[in-house]
Amino acid sequence: MMQLYTRRRVTNYLVVALSLGATAFGLLFLFFVLGTLLANGIGALGPTLFTQATPPPGSTGGLINAICGSLAMTFIATIVGTPTGILAGTFLAEYAHGKRLGEFVRFVNDILLSAPSIIIGLFVYAILVVPMGHFSAWAGSAALAIIMIPVIVRTTEDMLNLVPNTLREAAAALGAPKWKIIVLVTYRSAVQGMLTGVLLAIARISGETAPLLFTALNNQFWSTDLNAPMANLPVVIFQFAMSPYADWQALAWAGALLITVTILVLNIGARILGSWSGLAK
Amino acid sequence: MSLSLATPQPAEETAQPGETSPESSLPVKVQIKNVGFRYGKFEALKGISLPLRDRRVTAFIGPSGCGKSTLLRILNRIYELYPNQTASGEVLVDGVNILSPGHDLNLVRSKIGMVFQKPTPFPMSIHDNIAFGIKLYERLPKSELDDRVESALRRAALWDEVKDKLRQSGLGLSGGQQQRLCIARAIAVEPEILLLDEPASALDPISTQRIEELIAELKSDYCIAIVTHNMQQAARSSDYTAFMYLGELIEFDVTERIFTAPRVKRTEDYITGRFG
Repeated sequence: MMQLYTRRRVTNYLVVALSLGATAFGLLFLFFVLGTLLANGIGALGPTLFTQATPPPGSTGGLINAICGSLAMTFIATIVGTPTGILAGTFLAEYAHGKRLGEFVRFVNDILLSAPSIIIGLFVYAILVVPMGHFSAWAGSAALAIIMIPVIVRTTEDMLNLVPNTLREAAAALGAPKWKIIVLVTYRSAVQGMLTGVLLAIARISGETAPLLFTALNNQFWSTDLNAPMANLPVVIFQFAMSPYADWQALAWAGALLITVTILVLNIGARILGSWSGLAK
Repeated sequence: MSLSLATPQPAEETAQPGETSPESSLPVKVQIKNVGFRYGKFEALKGISLPLRDRRVTAFIGPSGCGKSTLLRILNRIYELYPNQTASGEVLVDGVNILSPGHDLNLVRSKIGMVFQKPTPFPMSIHDNIAFGIKLYERLPKSELDDRVESALRRAALWDEVKDKLRQSGLGLSGGQQQRLCIARAIAVEPEILLLDEPASALDPISTQRIEELIAELKSDYCIAIVTHNMQQAARSSDYTAFMYLGELIEFDVTERIFTAPRVKRTEDYITGRFG
C-alpha cells in the first residue's frame, strides 16, 4: 500500500513540475516580448509623439495622426459593432432557443469569429474600396466592425445564458412582457459581463493590421476626412518597422508600445469589470 | 374543522372531499379541470381535477417528480416560456379558462403571483424590486408608489428590517429576507391568487417559520396554492391537501383528514413515510 502511495506522490510531483515548466515556457516569451518592447519603446517615447504627425524619413515627428486615426476608426467600429453584436447575441440567447435559425446564426457567427482578419480586409476592399475608388477611414471602420461583431455576439450570448432562468421566470410571473424582462432584468444581471466582452472586442481590433492595410491604408498627414485614407497605428508600425530609417524604426517601437499598453489597460479593465459581476452574483 | 363522513369512493378514482362537507360552501377561485401536461413526449400530468378555494391554502404534496410543481406552473402558464411544453384541459379562474389561447398571458400572470423555491431578487434596489411589478401595470406618482412599496413590505413582514436600506441592492439580503422580498414583490401587484413553489425549502428553520406565519396571514386575502416537500409544513399551514403521485392526483381532501384518515392506501404510505 505504501508503495502505491509513494508512486502516486511521485506522479503528482512530476505532473506539477511539468505544468509549471510549460507555464514558465509560455510566460518566458511573453515577458521577452514585453521586455524588448519596453527597452526599445520607452527610449522613443516623447512629447512630440503626441503633437506631431508622422515625419518624412530623416526628420523628427510623432504619431498623432496615427493615434487619432486609430481612435477614430475604433470608435466608429465600436458604435456600429456594439449594438449590432448585443442585439444579435440577445436574439441567440433569448429568442432562438431550439430554433434552426438560431443554430444557423450561431454557426455562421463562429465561422466569422475565427475568420482570418486579412480575409475580412479583402472583403471590405472588394465591397467598399473598389466601388468608391479609393481607400478610406469608413472602409477601415467597416472592416474593424466586422471583426468586432462576432466577438460581441458570442460574449453577449454567453453572458445572457449565465443569467439563471429562475430570474426570467420571476419577472414573467409578475406579468412582465418579454422585452421588459430582457431589458430590465436579464441585461441588468449580465451588464458587467457584456461590457467586459465589448472591452475585449475593442482590445482585439485595436491591434488589427491586415484589415486596415486594404481599407484605410495610411496617410502621412493629419487628416480628419473619413472619406480619405487615414493613418492608424498598426499600419504605421508595419510600414515604419520595415523601413531602413532609424528614426522611423524608433517611432514603430513607440507605436507598438502604445498599442500594447492600451490593450493591457483594456484587458485589466475587463478583468475588473468581470470580478465586479462575480461579486454581484 | 368538522367534517361529515364522505361517501366511499373506488380507490382507482381520485378521492375528493364529500359534497356534504361544510367547507365545500366556500367559493371556488380556481377550478382545475382534467388538466394534463407534456414535456415533449413525456406525459407529466394526467387528468388532474380539483378546486382551489378562495381565502384558503391548498397544499400539494408528493414524492419528487410527481408533477406538483408542474401543476403549479400551469396555473400561471409560466411553462410557456419553454418550447415543447404543452398543457391540456381547463383552468377556470372565476369561471374563465385561462389556458385558452386567446387569453392575454401577461394579464393572467399579473393576477396570479408566484414565489419560487430559490429566492429570485432582481439585481436592483429593494425598493425597485417591489416597484418593478407595480410599474408594469400602473403609472403612479412617486409618493403613492412609495406607499405601495411600503405596504407590500409590511405585509411580507420585511419592512422593519429593510426600511433604512430601501436603496440598497436586494441581493445583499439574507436568504430568508430575499424570499420575503419576493413574496412582497408578488403581492405588491395585488394579485388574487398566490402560487408558492416550495417557498421555504432553501431556508433555515427560523426563516421557514416566518414564511409559514406569513402564509397564515396572507390567507385572509388570497387563494393560495403551495407546493411543499415538507409534510409537517403542509399539515401546519394548509386547509386542503392534494397528494400527487406519478403525474396523477391520488387524493384531495381537507388537510386534517388527509393526515389523520386518508382514504387511499398510497396516501397513507406516503404521509407515514413508508415510501417517497
